Amino acid sequence: MQENNISAGNLEQCLKCNLCTLVCPMMAVNAHYPGPKKAGPDGERYRLKDPQYYDYALKYCLNCKRCEVACPSGVMVGDIIQAARLRYAGHNLRDWALANTDLVGSLASPFAPVVNGVLGLKPVKSLMHAFMGVDSHRTFPSYSARRFTSWMRRQDQGGFDKFVSFFHGCYVNYNYPQLGKDLVRLVNAAGYGVHLLEKEKCCGVALMSNSMGAQARRQGEINLASMRKAIAAGEDILTVSSTCTFTMRDEYPHVLALENAEVRPHLMLLSKWLYQKMESGEVSLRFRRDLHLKIAYHTSCHMQKLGWRNFTLELLRKIPGVELVEMDQQCCGIAGTFGFKKENYAYSQAIGGRLFDEIGAARVALGAQSDPGFVVCTECETCKWQIEMSTGVPVMNPVSILAMALE
Amino acid sequence: MKEFDVIVVGGGITGAATARDCAMRGLSTLLIERSDICDGASGRNHGLLHSGARYAVTDKEGAEECIRENRILRRIASNCVEPTGGLFITLPGDSLEYQENFVRCCRDAGIDAVPISPKEALRLEPAVNPELIGAVKVPDASVDPFRLTDANIIDAMQHGATILKFHTVTGFVRNNGRVCGVRVTKPGVIRSQEIRARMVVLAAGIWTAGLIREAGINIGMLPSKGALVIFGHRVAGMVINRCRKPSNADILVPGDVVSVLGTTSDKVPFEGIDDMRATPEEVDLLLREGVSLVPALSHTRIIRAYAGVRPLVMADSDGDGRSVSRGIVVLDHEQRDGVPGLITITGGKLTTCRLMAEMVTDAVCAKLGVKAVCETALRPLPGSGKAHKDDEEVPYFKRAAIGRHGTEVSRMDFDLGHEIICECEQVTRAEIKYAVKTLGVRNISDLRRHTRIGMGTCQGSFCIKKVAAVLAEELGEPLREKEFIDEYLQERWKGITPVFWGDSLREAEYMQRTHKDEI
Ligand SMILES: Cc1cc2nc3c(=O)[nH]c(=O)nc-3n(C[C@H](O)[C@H](O)[C@H](O)COP(=O)(O)OP(=O)(O)OC[C@H]3O[C@@H](n4cnc5c(N)ncnc54)[C@H](O)[C@@H]3O)c2cc1C
Ligand code: SF4
Ligand code: SF4
Ligand code: SF4
Repeated sequence: MQENNISAGNLEQCLKCNLCTLVCPMMAVNAHYPGPKKAGPDGERYRLKDPQYYDYALKYCLNCKRCEVACPSGVMVGDIIQAARLRYAGHNLRDWALANTDLVGSLASPFAPVVNGVLGLKPVKSLMHAFMGVDSHRTFPSYSARRFTSWMRRQDQGGFDKFVSFFHGCYVNYNYPQLGKDLVRLVNAAGYGVHLLEKEKCCGVALMSNSMGAQARRQGEINLASMRKAIAAGEDILTVSSTCTFTMRDEYPHVLALENAEVRPHLMLLSKWLYQKMESGEVSLRFRRDLHLKIAYHTSCHMQKLGWRNFTLELLRKIPGVELVEMDQQCCGIAGTFGFKKENYAYSQAIGGRLFDEIGAARVALGAQSDPGFVVCTECETCKWQIEMSTGVPVMNPVSILAMALE
Repeated sequence: MKEFDVIVVGGGITGAATARDCAMRGLSTLLIERSDICDGASGRNHGLLHSGARYAVTDKEGAEECIRENRILRRIASNCVEPTGGLFITLPGDSLEYQENFVRCCRDAGIDAVPISPKEALRLEPAVNPELIGAVKVPDASVDPFRLTDANIIDAMQHGATILKFHTVTGFVRNNGRVCGVRVTKPGVIRSQEIRARMVVLAAGIWTAGLIREAGINIGMLPSKGALVIFGHRVAGMVINRCRKPSNADILVPGDVVSVLGTTSDKVPFEGIDDMRATPEEVDLLLREGVSLVPALSHTRIIRAYAGVRPLVMADSDGDGRSVSRGIVVLDHEQRDGVPGLITITGGKLTTCRLMAEMVTDAVCAKLGVKAVCETALRPLPGSGKAHKDDEEVPYFKRAAIGRHGTEVSRMDFDLGHEIICECEQVTRAEIKYAVKTLGVRNISDLRRHTRIGMGTCQGSFCIKKVAAVLAEELGEPLREKEFIDEYLQERWKGITPVFWGDSLREAEYMQRTHKDEI
């Protein structure tokens, strides 16, 4: 009479094989973290009985989804944990400030030089350490004086007959407009014009990991509504960050219960879009021969979950002067706002340790010990902060590398 | 052995509650159980702490007993009872007049039954069939039969009772017609042993019928089989009943972390009562009916199916066995059959165990001339009381134990035993140690009854070797590991085979591969 067993997050599919436990980066460094199986399908049975079984140690989950990638039974381990945190955990002021990337971003941006100066100053940092619990080892990503959107509105995209929409994300808008400009250059070179979405809000990933689900949901609805309009006008929606992309494609339906089936196939990272256009012959780009770069590619956790790294790798290989090493897939340990919190700093660095060693090994493999042309390439901006802070190696988004290589 | 005031035969909930009451009244008490505590009907039922609503229309007296005992058990056994509340739902095709009458009868019996709108019912319990046309809220609750029985046993011991497990009563010691003790055997020993007592109470459930023939007495009993299905997690938070004449598969009970759907009711011959299994046909029938209560059951993973036997007692006046007494039956065999020294207690329900114990202990005390009054309703059972599990300071490995054993966790040593042995049910070494020490276990099935080890969705595939090793270590019998595993897996297969499909089948294949030597 019964054929299939399906329940929220596929919790019942779990065979208790513990493969997820083996790959969890947090589990490896933190004895307080119960691990994906216990925090996910096992814990969920108890939480369904009584929310009092909610374990505060779930705050340690990086939401890296490596457990989900590993699970042979299709259990959405990370989603179950993420949903539990939204339902059961409270939050404090510091979590609120770190999570509201839009708000803090928009407050800080006009005063960027001041903010950057102040956030970097020792006494202020230790104040934040003491009062807000932001670790004083962290340098805050610097805020840019001019937003990407104000630059973009002044760009003339009138000369095109085909368009894409660009979901730029908070990082491009407030911290690093250049990455957005790089995308516009590439897309224009491919023969497409770039539109902004009618309305764009932060995807909400930081809100979710800090247990502010209702606000994340509202923002998600606004984003999806704008995207539907763009799709109706025949436009794909391109992104540059693996986390925003993953959040809007997978966390919206699985964790926030936001229906996005019509949007999903049109929402993608630039590299996937460009690779497909070039493969089909619709677009051809010419790359410089004189760009000599030695690149160690780091698959960010959400990139691994998206399963798209080959698109990026293939595009990079098309640049004549590039030497490329793909590193073992390891978590960098920062996981969005996680690593910014004082109590997590040590875990964050311990997890990242294996990746930092990988980077050192890649440098040797590329024979680039003293080469200024050595970079790490990844789609995730929080990985960028973590790797640059911890290893001093510059980190570039593949979009910037590709734009730099344009003839 | 010395002569006892009273011997209680049977370590189900009735025997356990009786031993507690007798011991609390100062009688020297011995309880004899042929197997483990709770290995009869008490370990194979639905776990519903009846509000009495189910009986309100047909059996007012039974309903009144239930609601009274329901209130008492919530108070004295807070770690065994979960006050989930219950709903009686009326579906299209059922009669709303029945519902009206039902509410009236509940109120006559003193049960707080509140009719609510279908919308309100869906708000309270989103899992109910959204097509419902009426709903009534009642004070049903979920009770863990293993824990309740254990708590009674522990309290009995704390009041001086002796518990003799794994000993079978085979006959009675007689003197001039009077029963003045029992004959007992234990496994591996051919000669039986005599143990004397001033009174013998038979609380052996359905097995009473066979045993009492040894005293030349006949009680008309009929075994009635009830099959149930366990789903892997909580589908609904409240007890959900169908508001109609009681019938098959019309109750879903949230039991601990699972959901239990039941039951059927079929008369079966005595031959099979020691090895009751649910059949695939019964599982099908249960599912068919169950999905109309809660549609999500159609795609929720089933972990196993099981069956228990209700002892139905025929009214003495009735020769052809058609009219069956549903209430509590206390038989004074001196009065009834001219055999002094022997009393039988049977019938009733898990819900009314305390009352049954009170009634039979009153009878025993009257025979022995003891004046002590019953205090079982006033004193909390071990484990009852406030124990917090939602404090940020309480580590995860302790929370499940608190949920199960309440204040008894203070007797567990987590400093040395915080390692989790059974992951699905989060059972630690500390909890195993506690069960071995206070309740005496002989194998993993016993351990399961007292801790939930292996009751989770993996049914032991993942943890069983660990459990066997720890148990062997705690019992000091390192050579028995393999035997432990064999016994346990055989027992679990019994419950898994009737539900061989979907994820249960995948899990079973996995179990078979990891333990291919044992199965
Ligand atoms: C399917 C089903 C569902 C039920 N659901 C509910 C419910 O939801 N709520 C509720 O309140 N009630 C329920 N009941 C009723 C309840 O389970 C029983 O009334 C109760 O468990 C009976 O307990 P007992 O101790 O009298 O019998 P048992 O639990 O059967 O105990 C008898 C004990 O005697 C032992 N024994 C037998 N022979 C000997 C011997 N020769 N020597 C020594 N020991 C011996 C047996 O091993 C056994 O442990 C249900 C019953 C069934 C069958
Ligand atoms: S999402 Fe990452 S950190 Fe969280 S449980 Fe899964 S593997 Fe571990
Ligand atoms: S990998 Fe999947 S099936 Fe295995 S224990 Fe983890 S969640 Fe369960
Ligand atoms: S993932 Fe993107 S949109 Fe989301 S918080 Fe980060 S930068 Fe903002």
